[in-house]
Amino acid sequence: MSSVADSARGSGTGRSETGRHPALVHHFESLPAQKEAATLGMWVFLVTEVMFFGGLFLAYTVYRNLHFHAFVQSSRHLNLALGAVNTAVLICSSLTMAMGVHASALGRRRGTVAWLLLTVALGSVFLGIKAIEYKDKFDHHLVPGERFDAEELHLEGDEARQAQIFYALYFAMTGLHATHMVVGIPIILTVAGLAHRRRFSPEYHTPVELTGLYWHFVDIVWIFLFPLLYLIGRHH
Amino acid sequence: MTDMAHAPEAHAAEAHAHAEEAFIWKYVFSKNHRVIGIQYYVTAMVMALVAGLLAMLIRLQLAWPQRDWGVLAKLFPMGYDVGGGFGVMRPEFYAMLFTMHGTIMVFFVLSTAPVSGFGNILIPLQAGARDMAFPFLNGLSYWTFFVGCVVILSSFFVGAGAAAGGWTAYPPLSALKGAVPGSETGQTFWIIGMVFFIASFTMGGLNFVTTIINLRTKGLTPLRMPMTLWAMFLVAVLGLLAFPALVAACLMLIFDRHFGTSFFLPTGLVLNNVPLLGPDGKTFLHQGGSPLLWQHLFWFLGHPEVYILMLPALGFTSDILVTFARKPLFGYKSMVGALWAIAGLSFIVWGHHMFVSGMNPYLGMAFAVGTILIAVPSAVKVFNWLATLRGARIRFNTPMLWAVGVVSLFISGGLSGVWLAQSAPDIQLHDTMFVAAHFHLIMAGAALFGVFGATSYWFPKMFGRMMNDTLGKAHFWFTFVTYYGTFFPMHYIGIAGHLRRIYDPYQYEFLKPLQPINQLITISALILGSSQILFFVNFFWSAFAGKKATENPWQANGLEWTTASPPPHGNWPGPIPEVHRWPYEYANPDFPKDHVMQHEPLTAAEMEVKAAEGPSRHEH
Repeated sequence: MSSVADSARGSGTGRSETGRHPALVHHFESLPAQKEAATLGMWVFLVTEVMFFGGLFLAYTVYRNLHFHAFVQSSRHLNLALGAVNTAVLICSSLTMAMGVHASALGRRRGTVAWLLLTVALGSVFLGIKAIEYKDKFDHHLVPGERFDAEELHLEGDEARQAQIFYALYFAMTGLHATHMVVGIPIILTVAGLAHRRRFSPEYHTPVELTGLYWHFVDIVWIFLFPLLYLIGRHH
Repeated sequence: MTDMAHAPEAHAAEAHAHAEEAFIWKYVFSKNHRVIGIQYYVTAMVMALVAGLLAMLIRLQLAWPQRDWGVLAKLFPMGYDVGGGFGVMRPEFYAMLFTMHGTIMVFFVLSTAPVSGFGNILIPLQAGARDMAFPFLNGLSYWTFFVGCVVILSSFFVGAGAAAGGWTAYPPLSALKGAVPGSETGQTFWIIGMVFFIASFTMGGLNFVTTIINLRTKGLTPLRMPMTLWAMFLVAVLGLLAFPALVAACLMLIFDRHFGTSFFLPTGLVLNNVPLLGPDGKTFLHQGGSPLLWQHLFWFLGHPEVYILMLPALGFTSDILVTFARKPLFGYKSMVGALWAIAGLSFIVWGHHMFVSGMNPYLGMAFAVGTILIAVPSAVKVFNWLATLRGARIRFNTPMLWAVGVVSLFISGGLSGVWLAQSAPDIQLHDTMFVAAHFHLIMAGAALFGVFGATSYWFPKMFGRMMNDTLGKAHFWFTFVTYYGTFFPMHYIGIAGHLRRIYDPYQYEFLKPLQPINQLITISALILGSSQILFFVNFFWSAFAGKKATENPWQANGLEWTTASPPPHGNWPGPIPEVHRWPYEYANPDFPKDHVMQHEPLTAAEMEVKAAEGPSRHEH
């Protein structure tokens, strides 16, 4: 196992095959430099994700202003209890993820794998609860489209159909969020597998850290979605 | 020093390993930045050919709209009414032509060739890096782009033809499948193709930003970076921040088209004289959506996108002008500042595309003021270029001609931009040929000329050979004259009221007198189109049989000129050169030769000056 100092000494040439960490690719001088680049890349990617969700948040803002009453009524009809439980589940999964990153930074292999698997379990619980909520919306004809029925929302006329936009946004935003989790879970499993096969060490555990960043981002999106969709209409 | 001793040996071993690498991994699914850049470039050339041919058909239609085109009717039976031997173009085919011409040119040609093409070729070379930060992501980015190209091209062959709702894909045209023939499967392919393109551009942008921030060689401080490198950095930032908004919009558009939502569909839609009613038969199916939301999201991308096309050309031009003027770049810091200002302002001016959309006039005024402000950094660039050229003994070869062409187009296209920036004149000129003239000169033309200039200038680093200068000059002059010949008269017919997206202008009495001008424009456009054959011949002939290039054929200063043409794998066989000065050290009277390269160490005299000035000043 080479040390960071070894690789740094090879600066400029970056050619020697011996004395280089197996994870260090040819065009980087040292592991810290490689890690810095990878981390920056991840942050920049998350910025694009913020802008992506931003487009939907903009739509939400515009339509909430245009169709205020329909939005309030629809928001009150979401299942607050399930949403709150899911928020707690997701925050816990961020905690377990942080513990996983911490364990890998200390080189604790078993701890890393265990915390990552726990994160996957919590993520799956979240998706399961989300599925129950979605099914409920289908059962009550609250899915946008021709079958949409706003009777339960106590809305009539134009407002009844405007409520569709709330539910369209609800499905688009939580659906996109859930898609990010569905993508994240296999990534965490892969990283857990790599950790199990002793690929990481205190000087090289970048994939664990970057997966953690991604997972926390997905978590933060939900922290915004929950109040905007579930809570904001309650006091009216 | 021991590293230097063993480096060539290790490199030889690696070169051997690469010789054994299969063709498919070396040239097809390559992870090498230069190969990927060339792949992007050549793919963009193919797309340009398609989009250029579409433009020729548009021009033929505008010059002789009711003429019977027998040959074309045989070539494109779907576009011409061939029944009864009548070869007149169909209106919906015309709508498809301008839609796909715009889409392909803006995204798949002019965003791709300068940014993804030259960005990949040049960033590691100019920054002093062995490759882009994430080579695998880079290869993946190209193949994602390739899939996007295939999807867009195949949309010509689906059911009712490709998208026909304009390159801006405004709903409800793009959201209702029954609106125009192209709104069916063609529009779906358009959306999918765009999402692939954006995914590819995002992966590329991550690489650009990370490479430029983290992989610069020792001594290459931000204020020693060549203008091209600055432009690439800002372009990547623009793309990363702007494109995701369009993905979000595309997502909502897909929901509207396929899942019955009403994000962009307002109340009261009537399609082919039939109201679109819901299942109860009384209320409208779509309610409460706003087509304006699409316009805002689209132009939030769309305006920065214009600068994604422009900024690389501005960077290339600065680098090329300086090399052949043999003078330092005038006002380097203000040039960098101007790029930042243009990039920053580009995010707060998108509303000037929507002055006639019924937006609040006060909001319109804010957008107008922001837009006019862009004239300031643009003028800074132009005056700095002119000051760089002033009193220079200019070497007029092909790259220099193109660079001067960019300056010319940037001025003439920029001036009409100041007209259009103000809401009052824009309401008159909106959707006329004046707008088409404006953006073809500045956004399309300057970007295109920049790509041509960069191609002839950096050709040695792409293929290790020189392009033919005589052919290059002939190509330039034909293109330059016919480019103005095509787009300058459009200002005039635009002011006269010629609409921009009209199938047969002469159905209106007041446009009939404009037909001769339209015919002149069309003849000019046909010559413009055929002159590009000169470029294709020069490009492919020179790539295989051109004169072998030396390391630094132009006596330029950047790091890309310190390695072989073409650069080997890893870019420098030995250690990466370190940077000691800015890239524009030309005609410095303290040196015997007329240019000093970036990696040449400071002389004793320079060290003294630097020590006297203190640590804060580290360049010039």
